[in-house]
Amino acid sequence: MKCQQCEKPATFHITEIIDIDDPKSVHLCEDCFKVYRSEDDEIDESPPLSIAGALAQQMKVAQSAEELAKLDQTTCPTCGITFYEFRQVGRLGCPHDYVVFQAEMEPLIVNIHGAVAHTGKSPKRSGLSSDLQAELIRLRREMTDAVEQEDYERASQLRDEILRIESGQS
Amino acid sequence: MTLNELASRSGEWLRGVGPESDIVISTRIRLARNLADFPFIRCCKTADRAAIEQTMRQRVLTRDAFKHLTYLDVVELSSVDRQFLVERQLISRELAEAEGARGVAIDPKERFSIMVSEEDHFRVQVMHSGLALQETWAQVDCIDDEIEAAVSYAFHEQLGYLTACPTNVGTGMRVSVMLHLPALVMTRQIDKVFRSLQKISLAVRGLYGEGSQATGDFYQISNQITLGRTEQELIEQVGEVVPAIIDYERRAREFLLKESPNDLHDRVSRAHGILSTAQTISSEETMHLLSSVRMGVNLGLLDIDIAMLNKLFIHTQPAHLQKISGGELDTADRNIERATYLQSHLRSEPSDGENN
Repeated sequence: MKCQQCEKPATFHITEIIDIDDPKSVHLCEDCFKVYRSEDDEIDESPPLSIAGALAQQMKVAQSAEELAKLDQTTCPTCGITFYEFRQVGRLGCPHDYVVFQAEMEPLIVNIHGAVAHTGKSPKRSGLSSDLQAELIRLRREMTDAVEQEDYERASQLRDEILRIESGQS
Repeated sequence: MTLNELASRSGEWLRGVGPESDIVISTRIRLARNLADFPFIRCCKTADRAAIEQTMRQRVLTRDAFKHLTYLDVVELSSVDRQFLVERQLISRELAEAEGARGVAIDPKERFSIMVSEEDHFRVQVMHSGLALQETWAQVDCIDDEIEAAVSYAFHEQLGYLTACPTNVGTGMRVSVMLHLPALVMTRQIDKVFRSLQKISLAVRGLYGEGSQATGDFYQISNQITLGRTEQELIEQVGEVVPAIIDYERRAREFLLKESPNDLHDRVSRAHGILSTAQTISSEETMHLLSSVRMGVNLGLLDIDIAMLNKLFIHTQPAHLQKISGGELDTADRNIERATYLQSHLRSEPSDGENN
């Protein structure tokens, strides 16, 4: 059996009893188990001062373990971070994460700011649409990967694609 | 401009002028901004970081409004120079200690700096001496517009300016007012002040920001919320509470003067005595004693130039001493150097106010 968080073999098999009628099984490798344990400790001991803490508490209330595990695997197509990574580090990977993780971000943002909408200043000019900007970030990432894999043909195709979007700006 | 030139003088925010400057040291506003077409810093590859730095240097700093700035590549700086910039409040500890391509553009008069590749792509901060919220905002707003004329910011219709940490999303703005509150510390009222500030979601930090100890009785009051209020509203929130704290500190000073004038005068005079005669002295003791001296000057018990005193708080920090003395010093040597520096500034009879 594989670990639910990564691809390594699961060595820890835990039964979580959040709801007594519906116990959940969690299968983790050693590394992920350590993280899992330390998260448990954090929630119990400290108030949700950090992003990670606030999120953990918010999700503990709202989600079953299964939903949580699924949510954790949600990956941003633009920068490639998973929701799990975000809640571990408390920092997002790219602007598009606010869209991809929106369902979870909104209660977190309300928790922090007590509001959901910006009322302050806005940029004077409108640049590329946010979809195109997210596309640019994704293409650059693919290009770097292609270069790393020495697939220079693909990299140069991506380069052209990026230039095409960038030059279409004005 | 070189760092050695910077080290020999003191920054705009230490001038000790401006409204309420006996208690308010400085006003600072910073904006967190990200480029729309790059991932946030933690997901940046080496090439992305290089491109972000290029954007700053070639597209932003080439503008007329920014041509006078000095750009420093933080990677190339020695650890003393990095620490020096932190002590000077021109960069954050996070930028000093991070890894990967990063830098800072500095206004030679130290009125503002733009950090590149800290937690966000750009962090613009403007500093003013004394309580000057509107002037500071007007300036940072203007700098922000200038940068934005050259780049596309990550901005969301509903959420505003997008930041790497959701605690900064929206305006991306942190307004901080740095206060000197020795009497509230002495009368043990300071915790009460903090608790009431926390209730209205304002944060209190020490001299060097997040997680730093409140050395020298300096406290920074800043907004915690960045979304759902306009910049003006956030400024007003801080602006409304500061006069109340100033008033509270003044009353605590009056109380001390009235209840135990001899004890207070003695404390101030002894602090001055130690600072001007010690042969070796730690940074911590220096900050503690300078705080008493500074209050004594404001109460008319001592006659020393306040700008010079403000300068001593910063110039006696470890990296400053090393820059001024021109070489690396270990702790013991720094303590001797610090004592010598303090003597040379405090022993001479009442200063003429031109100690820069």
